[in-house]
Amino acid sequence: MTTLASSRPGAPSPDRVPSVGRRLRVDRRYLPVVGTLVVFVLLLVVGGARYDNFLSVGVLANLFINNAFLIVLAVGMTFVILTGGIDLSVGSVLALSGVTAAYLLQAGVPAGVVIPLVVLVGSLIGLLVGAMVHVFEVQPFIATLAAMFFARGLCFLIAPESIPIDDETFVALASWDTWAGGQWRITSSVVIALVVVAVAFYLLHYTQFGRTVYAIGGGEQSAKLMGLPVARTKVLVYVISGTCAGLGGLLFAMFSRSGYSLTGVGMELDAIAAVVIGGTLLTGGTGFVLGSVLGVLVLGLIQTIITFEGTLSSWWTKIVIGALLLVFVVLQRLLALRRS
Amino acid sequence: MPTSPTPSTASAAADASGGFGAVVRHPLFWPVVALVALLAVNTAVRPGFLSVSILDDHLFGSPIDILRNCAPLMLVALGMSLVIATRGIDLSVGAVVAISGAVALTFIAGAPDPASTTTVFLAIGMALVLGLVLGVWNGFLVSVLGIQPIIATLILMTAGRGVAMLITEGQITTVTSAPFKTLGAGYWLGLPVATLVAFGVFGLVALLVRRTALGMLVESVGINPAASRLAGVRARTIVWTVFALSGLFSGLAGLILSSNVMAADANNAGLFIELDAILAVVIGGTSLAGGKFSLSGTFVGVLIIATLSLTVTNVGISPLVTPLFKALVVAAVTLLQSPAMRRKLAERTRRRGRTAPVPPSDKPADVSTDKVVA
Repeated sequence: MTTLASSRPGAPSPDRVPSVGRRLRVDRRYLPVVGTLVVFVLLLVVGGARYDNFLSVGVLANLFINNAFLIVLAVGMTFVILTGGIDLSVGSVLALSGVTAAYLLQAGVPAGVVIPLVVLVGSLIGLLVGAMVHVFEVQPFIATLAAMFFARGLCFLIAPESIPIDDETFVALASWDTWAGGQWRITSSVVIALVVVAVAFYLLHYTQFGRTVYAIGGGEQSAKLMGLPVARTKVLVYVISGTCAGLGGLLFAMFSRSGYSLTGVGMELDAIAAVVIGGTLLTGGTGFVLGSVLGVLVLGLIQTIITFEGTLSSWWTKIVIGALLLVFVVLQRLLALRRS
Repeated sequence: MPTSPTPSTASAAADASGGFGAVVRHPLFWPVVALVALLAVNTAVRPGFLSVSILDDHLFGSPIDILRNCAPLMLVALGMSLVIATRGIDLSVGAVVAISGAVALTFIAGAPDPASTTTVFLAIGMALVLGLVLGVWNGFLVSVLGIQPIIATLILMTAGRGVAMLITEGQITTVTSAPFKTLGAGYWLGLPVATLVAFGVFGLVALLVRRTALGMLVESVGINPAASRLAGVRARTIVWTVFALSGLFSGLAGLILSSNVMAADANNAGLFIELDAILAVVIGGTSLAGGKFSLSGTFVGVLIIATLSLTVTNVGISPLVTPLFKALVVAAVTLLQSPAMRRKLAERTRRRGRTAPVPPSDKPADVSTDKVVA
């Protein structure tokens, strides 16, 4: 990665100057993630000090269970943001996937067919977006905005009402759980989410594709000049994000046992916020998928604390997340300024 | 008058300069075609669609509805055009709309005499000042701290609705105040007050940016902030100003929206208006890469979106499906305007052996060049 960054043409190369990194002893690249980790621990400490039962295995296990779908979304979003793009469509695609699943299951299609199908719906929309971004050079913001409207409109076309899911196989899959170490409850959603994280981690850090993703974010022109498959990779990241959104929709359907057209309104912002809080720069090229997971957990923990507080109304969640976002963005900016 | 925001004069000007080819190549050609097509569909479904009658001393009819309904979006899109021209984006406009409505209505509801003009003017003043302050805040993050516009405004977008709910205490605040209702639902000289206000502001800004050097300075900042600064343009001040204006206009839009329904709904007021505004701006041919903007294009874009919403209900489709049609319109227009498509069209024109000028190609949407410049 360091070599890629230094080969960026003409850029003031503010990132990752190794000497400064050595002086701080923590690799610069990890600093934002370390910051997220600090916030996460701080939140745990604050919560633990204020409320009994907060620092319990149950609360932590629920953090994963309640945010499994958001983890999957954030993982997909990380790929896109690493290339310097953005995906606004994930919330709508999540809804579309959930509604399609519920609709097909209600129509009697077996779960074994429905589950891969709805994930493919997400991939297909991702492919369309990728084609728009790459072939027609439409800005990612606009292409995914169109996809967002498109998916949301399709949702209402399929089913304006909420559809309950009572297919036996699906319910069985959704309610499957196991107790790790006797106390840590793990549901099927958590397993799926963790598998997605593991696959994403492998893809980003151990494959040529992953290196190309970072290279495009560092400088698309240089990536092209290096002969990297920029075109294919750029389309693929949107396919990955779409697939993750489709899978997220499935997880959300498992979580809520229904499909509803209005789910996931504004969820793309949660995903983006999680990725940013997790230390990924929106300019692309810097960031880690595990940071995004940590970002989701921080968001979830804020929600949990506000629930524990009881007297605080739900809108404080938004204000706190906004404030946290501000702190992180300003800190990242200061770090970048100090580097240059 | 090339700066006029009316589409007819714009295309007429193009017509005069070079026949049919020039008209087709005019940036506003496809948007205007889309608008006319939408109106045609409506007229086909309901023949009396375009008729305007006088009822209760004011004009009445679907075209007037479109003009009234588009007023808030017109204001928001106006601010958005300027912000996008400096290569920025303002995602927080919807939240500002909600906050402005919440402040005004909470103040009126708490005032001893909600129907007095003083109260209403105070409320409007407060909401506008707050809108301006929020815009200044965004501008500060972007121009002074140098945070990317999308993420800087995302902060207010996320927190803003929470703040609006804080103001209304989670309730939908409703008031009865005749003077305040005039802003959103009243008529003056037979036309909706909301439309007059929005179009007035729009015209004023259009005049200001195109009759003075301001528009050019905004565009120069959008093309290359560093170079503009070296050339003596106060890039920071200009970026700060456009964000402040965007906040102010969103505040005004929030007042019109809340006055129209006489309620402040912190959750749903101005929901997705940022996306509609960006859509309108893009349909109008303003590039998200910054550096050029067309207020007349934005004007047509806003009319298209307002007409589209009305068309969907008029044709008898559930308004919930409206996003689908918005997606199709935005996909069609952006694909037609995309650099790749323009290049192909240009190649075809060249092959025909015409000496037509190659349409100005957009800056490549390339991340690395952006970074070098920034």
